[in-house]
Amino acid sequence: MAVAEVRVTLKKGVADPEGRNTLKALELLGFEGIREVRSVKVFEIEMGGRKTEIERRVEEMCRKLLANPVIHNYSIVVK
Amino acid sequence: MKVSDARVCVLRIEGTNCEEESYRCFKRLGAKPEKVHLKQLTGTDVTSDERRSLSDYQLLVFPGGFSAGDYVRAGAIFAARLRSRLSKDLVEFVREGKPVLGICNGFQILVEAGLLPAMSGVMSEAPEAVLGTNDSARFECRPTLLKNVNRGNCVFTSRIPGDRICQIPSAHAEGKLMFPLDSANRIIKELEENDQIVFKYVDPDGELAGYPWCPNGSIASIAGLCSPEGNVFGLMPHPERVFFRYTHPDWTRHPDGNGDGRAVFESVLEYISKKI
Repeated sequence: MAVAEVRVTLKKGVADPEGRNTLKALELLGFEGIREVRSVKVFEIEMGGRKTEIERRVEEMCRKLLANPVIHNYSIVVK
Repeated sequence: MKVSDARVCVLRIEGTNCEEESYRCFKRLGAKPEKVHLKQLTGTDVTSDERRSLSDYQLLVFPGGFSAGDYVRAGAIFAARLRSRLSKDLVEFVREGKPVLGICNGFQILVEAGLLPAMSGVMSEAPEAVLGTNDSARFECRPTLLKNVNRGNCVFTSRIPGDRICQIPSAHAEGKLMFPLDSANRIIKELEENDQIVFKYVDPDGELAGYPWCPNGSIASIAGLCSPEGNVFGLMPHPERVFFRYTHPDWTRHPDGNGDGRAVFESVLEYISKKI
């Protein structure tokens, strides 16, 4: 069984209120020197099959559900 | 078609929670609404008595809620399930000029499914917009003021005069309308030319204003959009929650007349009675 790790990130320039609020909260806790906090979503998809086949199917999953191309980039790593 | 014959499909899946109010608005106005689960249309795990076909209805409504727990993105799972099993029926429904309404989570579903803004056909291959996390990163829940800026294309707002400010409540965490950053200005211009912008968030003077009047940071303060043909309409605020005057927060001071949301339902039923 392989695990495909899908990392969905916000495109450059898209507002990230969750990251911004987390940064604010960390500063309120006394952490200094933080430049930016970016929120990222990771899905681990466990499935069988050949590596190239898994990559192809997970790529399709990203297009059909996991990412919205208007604001997201995604990367897939099969382990 | 007579309004009393108009069949309304209020479509739900797990996590939808505004189907009752939406159903009752149409019931009150004399139409024939029905709460239908998506599985009844796809024919999964249902008896033959429960099976329904989209073509039996004249109006399709996606009510608000948190369909499929809002996991992945708000509306994304409902939209993916629709696209995988019903895209042909949906496209046919829209092409026939039958109206489709998406309220709040329903709007998110229409956008994720590619049915709005529908600038490259009835149902785009990939989403052309997104309703993302509010700028405040909070669930914004309160009355909002809206102005109908549509010039007559949208079949859901024909009975709402442009100079009236409607008070319709919003309740969402993901309502910030966004387009691809590099083409946003061009898209807004095109939406204006096509008369696809319907509601904008305004202040009590009817002017565009920032937070808190616009609860989410939406581009151009847009609260609701329609398709180029005007029969698919989605909005973040909840007109079904202000069908009656007495559900307005200031109803004791202004007790007479209808709720501000009622005209949305009246408009579309008038369209059905004249055009379908």
